[in-house]
Amino acid sequence: MVFLDFERPIEELFQQLQDLIALNEKSDVDMSEQITALENQIKATRKELYSNLSGWQKVQLSRHPERPYTLYYIETMCKKFVELHGDRCYGDDKAIVGGFGSLDGQTVMFIGHQKGVNTKMRQYRNFGMANPEGYRKALRLMKLAERFNKPVVCLIDTPGAFPGLEAEERGQAEAIARNLFEMAQLNVPIICVVIGEGASGGALGIGVGDRIFMMENTWYSVISPESCSSILWRSWDYKEQAAEALKLTPQHMLDFKLIDGIIKEPVGGAHSNAEEMAKILKRHIKKELTELSIIDCEQRIEQRIEKFGRMGEYETIAIAEQKTEKEPLS
Amino acid sequence: MGWFKRLKEGINTRRKKVIPDGVWYMCPDCRTAITSKEHAQNYYVCLTEDCLYHTRIGSAEYFDIIFDGRRTYLFDNLVSKDFLNFKDLKTYEDRLVAAKEKTNLNDAITVARGKVNRLDLVVAAMDFKFIGGSMGSVVGEKIALSIDYCLEHKVPFLLISKSGGARMMESAFSLMQMAKTASRLTRLAKAKIPYFSMMTDPTTGGVTASYAMLGDINFAEPKALIGFAGPRVIKETIKKDLPAGFQTSEFLLDHGFLDFIVHRKDLKQKIGDLLHLFRPAKEKESGEETEKVEVPVKVEANKEEKVIKKEKT
Ligand SMILES: [Zn+2]
Repeated sequence: MVFLDFERPIEELFQQLQDLIALNEKSDVDMSEQITALENQIKATRKELYSNLSGWQKVQLSRHPERPYTLYYIETMCKKFVELHGDRCYGDDKAIVGGFGSLDGQTVMFIGHQKGVNTKMRQYRNFGMANPEGYRKALRLMKLAERFNKPVVCLIDTPGAFPGLEAEERGQAEAIARNLFEMAQLNVPIICVVIGEGASGGALGIGVGDRIFMMENTWYSVISPESCSSILWRSWDYKEQAAEALKLTPQHMLDFKLIDGIIKEPVGGAHSNAEEMAKILKRHIKKELTELSIIDCEQRIEQRIEKFGRMGEYETIAIAEQKTEKEPLS
Repeated sequence: MGWFKRLKEGINTRRKKVIPDGVWYMCPDCRTAITSKEHAQNYYVCLTEDCLYHTRIGSAEYFDIIFDGRRTYLFDNLVSKDFLNFKDLKTYEDRLVAAKEKTNLNDAITVARGKVNRLDLVVAAMDFKFIGGSMGSVVGEKIALSIDYCLEHKVPFLLISKSGGARMMESAFSLMQMAKTASRLTRLAKAKIPYFSMMTDPTTGGVTASYAMLGDINFAEPKALIGFAGPRVIKETIKKDLPAGFQTSEFLLDHGFLDFIVHRKDLKQKIGDLLHLFRPAKEKESGEETEKVEVPVKVEANKEEKVIKKEKT
């Protein structure tokens, strides 16, 4: 078990519990009562801790090394899943996966960022940072789903699009831009769920849809708190402040009406009970797909464009000179 | 710096700038000094033949270069507000006040409608001087409104990008402007109204990864920095020096992401040509006339160019 720094109180209780269990096995005295009491104490402490997490703590949880990733969810939710590879242009990106899965009999195109589960795999998956071919693979799969009238579910979990030399050569910006444009007018329903990190354009590149959700212990922002700290504070040391300033938690995002809902996680985070988390996610996706499927296709696209059109906060001022003709400068 | 004074990059005031004699401009690229007057007359482009450094200019200068004469400003009444109470070393509110004071602009984009060689065009041009040309809610909304305007009036749209990317101080709101603008552009495409995207120095981050790369025609000024990630970030990631010319307009053209590169002195003519070529078929006969009309060039092109033109005809 991996404990985060703010989980220290739980970690200590957990140690005591382990000791107690070991002692119980050796000794003749029955300590089951104490063990139960300690277990309850752990539960209560965890609930208390998790009920009031800061922005930075949510960021930490979203990156928890034991947190379930896209392929885990797909394989747990679907009886059948056929993974599909390649963008048909350049290569197969390992940081974005996708394919058709069967969700209780309904075929769904699943697409998501994929992080590695161990040191070797983390390298292989490029830490969930996609290259242009990842976004182009995603688009190819969406178009495939559209042709066969299957809904699309995107699972978002990335620290950002990969900032590499080859990524620029192959048009990282174009690939993301194209996805935004095409996802806005895709004929089939699209549901997007932030299951971990939602960093910047790399997340949004598979993040335009009819419904956008965030799991409880995730974040969504224009920039990671670390990069924000380094640019605006000119130091890497202000990540906690940056996380607060960016207002990147699911609750903030819901209050701002930038997302449609928050998906509850088991107490202790998705990693504490991955199977339960997959169940909750599945229930959620099925419910939303049912609702979206009854909307007329044209109307659904209009609503999708309007939904993003409403995003933005500004003021209007009275300007006397507005709409008046002006002489050119030279 | 001695006897010459370097002009600040990009002049954004809407009033005519009078440049006194004896003020000099030094090209930051080739270090050649010319008078500021000459520089302005040459569209703020370095006169050295193999340099052609395009100094960053603002929306007002682009409108001067592009439009035939009068122009109408649109959506000037939108202003940013610090709705997140964002504070780093400064508050966003203070940054906004300072930017407005410095630039005499309301935000990082200005929209105007006018004519180019007698054909209608809406131009939205970004100003780098306003918080690095960063894209926040106002930039996104003005682009969305411009698209609606073009749809309603059936006028082509030119967007001149010049931006460091999304405006961090608006957090996820600025991120969502990418989706907002890109999704709105689908309506323009559906209505078959041309959208031209011009990228200037610099165009990076979320701006490149949304509307800038989505033109029916994508083009750029010479030697502009265009990319998704900034060069410093890439260098830190790959821990190697970047090759010469990486992420320049020429690099992007070479890799297939631009239709062409245009010198600022040819910009108006090029846009005029595009507008002409993109006209719907039914307008062709009546529009044929405009082709013959010689449009006087506002600022004198250099002599050599004239000679070349004569030789061609
Ligand atoms: Zn020069």
